[in-house]
Amino acid sequence: MTIKYTPDHEWVEIAGDGTATVGITVHAQDALGDVVFVDLPEVGKSYAAKEVAGVVESVKAAADVYAPVSGEIVEVNEALRDDPSLANTDPLKTGWFFKVKLSQPSELDALMDSTAYDDLVKNS
Amino acid sequence: MSAESTALLKTPLHALHLELGAKMVPFAGYDMPVQYPAGVMAEHKHTRAAAGLFDVSHMGQVLLVGDDAAAALETLVPVDILDLGLFKQRYALFTNDQGTILDDLMVARRTDGLFVVVNAGCRDQDIAHMQQHLSGRCEVRPLPDQALLALQGPQAVTALSRLNPGVAQLVFMTGGFFELDGIPTFVTRSGYTGEDGYEISVAADRSVELARKLLDQPEVKPIGLGARDSLRLEAGLCLYGHDIDTTTTPVEASLIWAIQKVRRAGGARAGGYPGAAVIDRQFADGAARKRVGLVSSERMPVREGARLVNADGQDVGVVTSGTLGPTVGKPVALAYVQTPYAAIGTELFALVRDKRTPMTVSSTPFTPNGYFRG
Repeated sequence: MTIKYTPDHEWVEIAGDGTATVGITVHAQDALGDVVFVDLPEVGKSYAAKEVAGVVESVKAAADVYAPVSGEIVEVNEALRDDPSLANTDPLKTGWFFKVKLSQPSELDALMDSTAYDDLVKNS
Repeated sequence: MSAESTALLKTPLHALHLELGAKMVPFAGYDMPVQYPAGVMAEHKHTRAAAGLFDVSHMGQVLLVGDDAAAALETLVPVDILDLGLFKQRYALFTNDQGTILDDLMVARRTDGLFVVVNAGCRDQDIAHMQQHLSGRCEVRPLPDQALLALQGPQAVTALSRLNPGVAQLVFMTGGFFELDGIPTFVTRSGYTGEDGYEISVAADRSVELARKLLDQPEVKPIGLGARDSLRLEAGLCLYGHDIDTTTTPVEASLIWAIQKVRRAGGARAGGYPGAAVIDRQFADGAARKRVGLVSSERMPVREGARLVNADGQDVGVVTSGTLGPTVGKPVALAYVQTPYAAIGTELFALVRDKRTPMTVSSTPFTPNGYFRG
């Protein structure tokens, strides 16, 4: 499985079945601080790439979560809704946000690989 | 580094914050620790359970010296200063001619004068204000070489007593000069977290030494501005520039408790401060809006700027600070609402991202305060 990144600090894990799992990066959760609330999208709803699909709230601030690629939401992480701190403690695994069924798989090509993303974080 | 960051001021504890791994942010012109590695939530909870050490050296410290200082200060604040006993402390407000609030401050009477602590963001303006209006009657002496530490939480007394057992004798809003393990300080039993605790004025060049002695106590951890904000909000305390400012009067801000009867209409020293006519009229007639506390049963934080509507969707107010209260476990907020909606128990809705979140007008503090009253 391949993981790609957006400039908005989301990660996208691409599965072989045309779906992708989306979460926020280690850098993003560190910048946000303690996450206390997540607003997840509705299953069945479709988003265009870069549309706001959710919100993550820390004790400090609220930040939008964007759909990294276009498609339909097929699953959301109910465990994260119950325990938003998973976004801090395990952002890349149990702290995932939602799964999307890709409608434009070619959009994945525009996302960053880990080297490009690490450079972005280092230079920000 | 940007020009902005190089221009930021540093408190005497700046290097210690970096050594402790703080995340630094610009605040009121200073480079200040917003949190340490433990994080805002853990720091908040630690302060409520044990003791937290805050660097509040960015705040302004001023001494008003002279026999006439108390009477002079009463010309700027609607607060009883003349009757403030030796080593007693009181919350006060600078008002302007419109009866709105220029800043909030703490005043303590010491043997050498009135000791005043003002907000960092208002310090220069406050000092100029006092110099302009008080200089003929007392000396306005800024204390830029003093640092200020706050030790807050139920175990603050245990920790600080090891450095000088005398501090345990203080009660809420009193103070005194104490040597803390040999370091001369002025200590008051006060703070801005709703907890029992102390604020300690110490010479800048001894402040790091004192901070290290305090951090050596097993109860004490360093706490940043992030937790300071959520602590004061849960305590229902106003933050200047957010919950109070030059658009709000003390009556609107529900701070009438800070105006003692002696300074109100009919009192022995009524009026005589800027905006007294406006404030006296609001005392008599009430104000059109009022600051209230709000609690939500949902987990989504409701933040500054959120509009408040009634069941019919009509605008009835605005949130001035809000967060998820780490101790309360629910969103809490301070807001201004039209007075008919200010009664405890009133159901309102906050508009957050176009969604209505139900909120209930609630009494403050949101979490019981722990002040030690003896």
